[in-house]
Amino acid sequence: MAEKKFEKGKMVPVPSRSIIPERDLDKSPVLECSHLGIDFGGLKAVADFNLTIGRTEIAGLIGPNGAGKTTVFNLLTKVYQPTRGTILLDGVDTAGKSTTQINRMGIARTFQNIRLFSNLSVEDNVKVGLHNQEKYSTLSGILRFPTYWKHERAAHQRAMELLSIFDMQDLAHHQAGSLPYGAQRRLEIVRALATNPSLLLLDEPAAGMNPSETAELMENIVKIRDTFHIAIMLIEHDMSLVMGICEGICVLNFGQVIAKGTAEEIQSNPTVIEAYLGKQQ
Amino acid sequence: MKTLKKTTKVNLATYLGVILAFTCVTVAKGTGLLSNSMNSWLVPICCYIVMAISLNLTVGISGELSLGHAGFMSVGAFSGVVTAMSLQQAIPFSPLRLAVSMIVGAALAAVVGLIVGIPVLRLRGDYLAIVTLAFGEIIKQLINCLLVGWDSRGLHFAFNLDGTQTISSLGLEEGGIAIIKGAQGATGTVTLSSFTAGFVLVMLTLFIVLNLIQSRTGRAIMAIRDNRIAAESVGLNITKYKLTAFVTSAALAGAAGALYGLNYSNLSSSIFDFNTSILILVFVVLGGLGNIWGSIVATVVLYILPEALREFRDYRMLLYAIVLILVMLVTNSPQVKAILGHIKGKGAKSHG
Repeated sequence: MAEKKFEKGKMVPVPSRSIIPERDLDKSPVLECSHLGIDFGGLKAVADFNLTIGRTEIAGLIGPNGAGKTTVFNLLTKVYQPTRGTILLDGVDTAGKSTTQINRMGIARTFQNIRLFSNLSVEDNVKVGLHNQEKYSTLSGILRFPTYWKHERAAHQRAMELLSIFDMQDLAHHQAGSLPYGAQRRLEIVRALATNPSLLLLDEPAAGMNPSETAELMENIVKIRDTFHIAIMLIEHDMSLVMGICEGICVLNFGQVIAKGTAEEIQSNPTVIEAYLGKQQ
Repeated sequence: MKTLKKTTKVNLATYLGVILAFTCVTVAKGTGLLSNSMNSWLVPICCYIVMAISLNLTVGISGELSLGHAGFMSVGAFSGVVTAMSLQQAIPFSPLRLAVSMIVGAALAAVVGLIVGIPVLRLRGDYLAIVTLAFGEIIKQLINCLLVGWDSRGLHFAFNLDGTQTISSLGLEEGGIAIIKGAQGATGTVTLSSFTAGFVLVMLTLFIVLNLIQSRTGRAIMAIRDNRIAAESVGLNITKYKLTAFVTSAALAGAAGALYGLNYSNLSSSIFDFNTSILILVFVVLGGLGNIWGSIVATVVLYILPEALREFRDYRMLLYAIVLILVMLVTNSPQVKAILGHIKGKGAKSHG
């Protein structure tokens, strides 16, 4: 597939703004990327990436392996600083911000290769996510002032509430690293949710799950969107999940957006089919 | 609630164990069961326990390998001695003077920790170990050149960098005292330390470290240790929490240093060398990384063993060799392995 070339005329035109009328861009969109790009040396890993996500939209980012999907996530969370383009979060420019600041501004994420705090308990993992909402100083933590007990009690309750999304309350005192694979993926989502984001980025949430687990995850993603009223963007190779819940889908190949649209539009798009299956003889 | 209760229980048991040990030793001391040499171990043991707990905060909890912990002890020891000696007239009540000296020692070590920590914590792994090692040596050499005296006008400092300056170049008034005399170190110090002070410091250290671990700050520190990238992605300020752990650890080491310094009338900076840093690291590693009560037990055992076996010290190297050979032979022998496996199997069964 690597030597495949795209003819310019055959490409699906990429509109700069929203293309799906029923998307909730009523107010301002939560995320606006324009002309986003990054070069690694001479390689344009992502070029001219434009995307707008509505406040309570579930968006999908798909593409063949090595297309630059995770790089887009790393650009949005400033793990890499973009070479070109702007990212607006809630209308605020995120140029020059660090990963830490981006999280405080409202983007939370999970990782393709799970990154939990594996020696901490499940509950503590979620509490670390709640860190910036627990407001007491190190000193009152050591001296156990009343604010410590008040905030710790609130954090415990909140952590349990969040864990209940995936029915994980019973696992609260297990070591995070000892959980089965699927539970670790779910815990990562809970931890990201704990930071109170307005946009949640999920990097292959269904990787390694069996079909029934995937079906359950789909329900839960929709449930999370409906309860927390947040936007979710996900990278996934499981097409049943992407086509099932994503309201807008963006297809990347070799760092370029080759198509955007609803599930039906993407499925019938000849450029996308070509990118995945190769040119028809 | 299982694990949470367990942590609280372990912490409670740690406090109780320390209190119990203190009571037993005090009673034994009162009834004259302890020999003179045993009596002289008590304060150093308390100091090394505090050193081990504080180093555990850096190495076990924060996950940064520091090889210069004795440097902070040195800073605390000499600043504590200077404080205690210059406040002799101002604060005649010696326990209070000791407390003030320990606070000054802790504060100064914290400041040094901050200065060292800001650049050093940008490094990772081996590099951090190398820089902290160098820091320990630099502190040792600096104090070797330091001259400090006190008279009614206040403190006088001089740096004996070219080897020409002596105590007389401080220009002390009549009745002034020379506190730190360069390579000689601090001599003629009025000793203030007591076992009770050591016990109080150990309890205080336990209180600070155990409570810190169970607060949001401690969770953040451990989260950064476990996965730095994930910690950034949930909005933790990496530098802030690494520095908090490092500076707290340095301050506690400074307080322990002040207690140690005021236990001896003569103190030379050469005892706070690389070997001391490694010794404390050995206490921490053998006690278990991140395991606070383990650090305490390891310190006590590893301090008493060589002291108690001092009469056999001629045979020490011989014994090391024999133990090493035995360990290699025994752990490789199939019979011993079978027996060990049998014991383990039985143990597992009886535990259900």
